[in-house]
Amino acid sequence: MAAVDSSPSGAPAPQLSDISHAVDLEEEQIARRKRAEEIGKWALPIIVMAAAIWFWDRIVVWNEIPHFILPRPGLVLETLWADRAMLFESLWVTVKITALALLVAVVGGVGLAVLFAQSKFAEMSFSPFAVILQVTPIVAIAPLIFIYIESKLVGLLLCAWIVAFFPILANTTLGLNSADHNLRDLFRIYRASRWQRLIYLQLPSALPYFLGGLKIAGGLALIGAVVAEYVAGSGGIDSGLAFRILEAGYRLNIPRMFAALILIAGTGVLIYALTSLTSYLLLRKWHESALKREQ
Amino acid sequence: MNVASQPALEGAAPIDRSARETVLRMRQIDKTFRGGVVALHEMNLDIRKGDFISLLGPSGCGKSTALRLIAGLMRPTAGRIEWEGGGGKDDLGVVFQEPTLMPWATVEQNVWLPFRLQGKSLGSCREKIYEALALVGLENFGKSYPRELSGGMKMRVSIARALVTDPRIILMDEPFAALDEITRQKLNDDLLNLKAKTDATVVFVTHSVFESVFLSDRIVVMAARPGRVVKEIEVPEPYPRGIEWRTSPTYATIARETSDTLLGTLSPGAEVH
Repeated sequence: MAAVDSSPSGAPAPQLSDISHAVDLEEEQIARRKRAEEIGKWALPIIVMAAAIWFWDRIVVWNEIPHFILPRPGLVLETLWADRAMLFESLWVTVKITALALLVAVVGGVGLAVLFAQSKFAEMSFSPFAVILQVTPIVAIAPLIFIYIESKLVGLLLCAWIVAFFPILANTTLGLNSADHNLRDLFRIYRASRWQRLIYLQLPSALPYFLGGLKIAGGLALIGAVVAEYVAGSGGIDSGLAFRILEAGYRLNIPRMFAALILIAGTGVLIYALTSLTSYLLLRKWHESALKREQ
Repeated sequence: MNVASQPALEGAAPIDRSARETVLRMRQIDKTFRGGVVALHEMNLDIRKGDFISLLGPSGCGKSTALRLIAGLMRPTAGRIEWEGGGGKDDLGVVFQEPTLMPWATVEQNVWLPFRLQGKSLGSCREKIYEALALVGLENFGKSYPRELSGGMKMRVSIARALVTDPRIILMDEPFAALDEITRQKLNDDLLNLKAKTDATVVFVTHSVFESVFLSDRIVVMAARPGRVVKEIEVPEPYPRGIEWRTSPTYATIARETSDTLLGTLSPGAEVH
């Protein structure tokens, strides 16, 4: 159609094609800043980390620090490679205990939270136990556990579980109770059973809270596993990384201590990445925390 | 459409509503909360098939309490609520002030909810779900998530969910109060079209005089302290109603009468919220 000079309402409507693309300086600036942030998000951590390692290396060289006090990063890497058979075997033990403890924490934490959500009286009766277990430092409980429990593996598992299960219990309980009140009414009006309310309303409502708890519990399970092994202390074939660190400390094998430490830290980062990814994948469709904002 | 079957009325001749069969009776309903607050005193109401009833009144007049009593979310302190022929599973559909959708579920899954709770599969209900979505103009949004929709569209999904089981009564608790004026007007028009198409029975809680006169065929004016019914006002205009109704002298007269009744209920110093 030909260009309309005047719309029926009187005022001429501007044609979109007539509006020249004037450059908005502020918008440009915002776009530029965004691009810089995109790059910086990946580049900065890598650069700073590399600089820190380089600086560590230089400090050792400049001050001529002997390797049995502070090894150079290169030596730590060499040790990691040289002792790889022993270290990775120990890593596997630690990872196994951590993963099992986290699994039991998820089952126990969610199970207990569901029980609490079903019965206020159960919550009143048992939540003090959960709180006491949580606030008592695990190093203080662990020696007792290893007295009463024969199997070292079970003892370690129990310690890691005690540390890891509370955030899952607390968060999931909160989540189960935070289902929208109108939706609860709606479920009552439609005569939903307890079970239906749990499956279709409370568990989905609790999912974001549970996943928040899982992120914390993942790190805590690793800490629990390592601390418990320090207390348990005994060596042998199936010793985890904590024991390797203790052992290397007695022998003043500082590079191996660092190598083991790197493996533990790496495991912690990996657990965090995995739980974050799980959370993102499960929530990206609907939850505010996983949505990208337009502006 | 059912509209065609209605006789053409000259002027505003009243429709004989007593011929409609009664769906629900409220008899001498009292509701007293602990602490002695009388939320509702001796309320009587007959809801008949095809009625569009507005409960109109200031805050604290017990209109929401009345709705919760009908919904079975509360029990009356005294009095009886009787469903004609007894209560059943498809008695009610409800629309709240918020859309009240499950954010983790798609639009079609949200509308499926009443059937899902009856143990029916999504596949077996899909036809009905999309019929309801078509009634509110959202048949192309079945796979969307609520967050992808505007406020008005979410409210439409909520209405579709209330309609989908073809319930005996649809309860609406100030459903459009949180929407902007333009969207509210549009939804009011659409609600009346829906009403004309489905002949649903609606109980609508509002504190807007104009909304109540525009929408309903019976306005139940309520007062606070204690919550009670002061007057029932008939709106004899047949459906469908449109812009002509909104600007007609009859509309103005009834709105005036309703306003005056409402003002008369206010004790000095009290305010309409």
